[in-house]
Amino acid sequence: MKAAPSILTTRQLAVELPRRAVCRGLDLELQPGETLVILGRNGAGKSTLLHTLAGLRPQARGELLLSGKAYRDWPRGNEACLRGLLAQSQPDFFSASVLETALVGRHPYLKRWAWEGEDDEAIARAALAQVGMAEFAERQIQNLSGGERQRVAIAALLVQQPRLYLLDEPIAHLDLHHQVAVLDHFQTLAQQGAGVVMVLHDLNLAARYASHVLLLDGEGGHAFGPACQILEAERLSRAFGHPLRAVPDGEHLLFVPV
Amino acid sequence: MVLQARRRAFLLLIGLLVAVLGVLGWSLSAGSMPVSGADLLTALQGGEGGMEVDIVRNLRLPRAIAALACGGLLALAGALMQVLLRNPLADPYVLGISGGAAVGALGAMLLGLGGFGADVAAFGGALGVTLLVFGLAHGDGSWSQTRLLLTGVIVASGCGAAVALMLSLAPEGKIKGMLFWLMGDASSATYPWPALVILVLGLAAIYPFARELNLLARGETTARALGVRTGRLRALVYGLGALLTAVAVTTVGSVGFVGLIVPHLVRLAIGNDQRLLLPASSLAGAVLLCGADTAARTVVAPIQLPVGVLTALIGVPVFLFLLSRHPK
Repeated sequence: MKAAPSILTTRQLAVELPRRAVCRGLDLELQPGETLVILGRNGAGKSTLLHTLAGLRPQARGELLLSGKAYRDWPRGNEACLRGLLAQSQPDFFSASVLETALVGRHPYLKRWAWEGEDDEAIARAALAQVGMAEFAERQIQNLSGGERQRVAIAALLVQQPRLYLLDEPIAHLDLHHQVAVLDHFQTLAQQGAGVVMVLHDLNLAARYASHVLLLDGEGGHAFGPACQILEAERLSRAFGHPLRAVPDGEHLLFVPV
Repeated sequence: MVLQARRRAFLLLIGLLVAVLGVLGWSLSAGSMPVSGADLLTALQGGEGGMEVDIVRNLRLPRAIAALACGGLLALAGALMQVLLRNPLADPYVLGISGGAAVGALGAMLLGLGGFGADVAAFGGALGVTLLVFGLAHGDGSWSQTRLLLTGVIVASGCGAAVALMLSLAPEGKIKGMLFWLMGDASSATYPWPALVILVLGLAAIYPFARELNLLARGETTARALGVRTGRLRALVYGLGALLTAVAVTTVGSVGFVGLIVPHLVRLAIGNDQRLLLPASSLAGAVLLCGADTAARTVVAPIQLPVGVLTALIGVPVFLFLLSRHPK
């Protein structure tokens, strides 16, 4: 019996920005249940890589497969049912209600002439409840704080119900308890069979949630492997240009700047 | 909640449709020679009648249709440009289309061409500027809103300079006609039906993409991540917005304000769902321009005001009033 294809596969993937390489020769495979955290300095190209993995910008070389197929081989629109992207927050120029904003995640499932129905609204309201925004459903998005908007954006992504979640700084602007709640929820989704790839800045949260880590050095090199292999004080100190010390805390390691 | 909002929006659409018929009736019957309801019906049914019937059929009807159609065209084009540029301050003229049309029309008037010749020149100028801005802003294959906006604004100001030059060179006798063209004037619109057909076709062409426009208004990345082919969609929106604007300015000159204000008014009333906003804006634009044009020729009759002045005089206070009432 042939095994189901992994959720995301790259073979010798090269991603480039106009003047430099983000990564070269990247081989990775993401199975259901796995959480990959991308780490690297500011400007290392983490978001660029994430957008490439989402199929939104072309790779320079190599292969990129979503559930076993290249993006261009998926019928248009189907890829949006399989992978969702939480981009870094952008300003909203037009007002819209929180509920409407969460409902955009249903777009890939609706036929061209269909309107959102009661079942779509139920899905959106459930997602809003998941991020603690249920009471805000009728509010205007422009009147929310940065953290509240981020939670609405996460709700819209949950409404999309993809197999692969690509998250660019999912906990930006969030309070501590929301940070943990959001990451816990994505961990639950992974345990239910989704794949998660996320860019994080907090090494300790990375250590807590990652099954795998991809560390970009900003010059085209990378280190990829199970989290426990990549998250070492010496390697991280080199990558971030500041000495770090690993302090054991129960089953995890805490990384503390020296 | 969603269903409730939608019901409200459909009610608004029906109300606007009734308003279109109402303003059309007013426009046909009001004027220096009031026309009774019976004569109006005779004229519209193609029957024979006296001078009233002739006036309605040959003077007022073309003018009213032109105002309705162009109001709809400008409001629809404005709504599209606001999504395309993700900028609530965008209007149909922001990319220089009206400037190009003005250069064409005034150039033709300066050369002594009138009527049809000026219309052809205006349309040519509008399309020329559309292609120029598209070519300059899209040259590197990307679709940056800022670049598009900047290119359009610069080309528009170039056209403005050319218009000022032509006005200063124009002989005394031609200046009033030129100024009326610049301010917008529906009195010379003798064949308005193409504009109405283009409005209906344009709305029909973009309507299937209305939900995708909702996503585009939230940003290119969001839209693409949800499966929208933004490159193709934006090219369609740009091309259609330019065509609608070109037809409108060719028919009634560069009437200001309708394209900016009407989408905003409608948005304040029913939100930013393009599936409702696009048809509602078209209808509301038609009502505003036709009403303004009727007022322009009746309020201080027999003097006729340029309709563009009236749209601004009506639009500005209404808009400010609604804005101040709208909760932040």
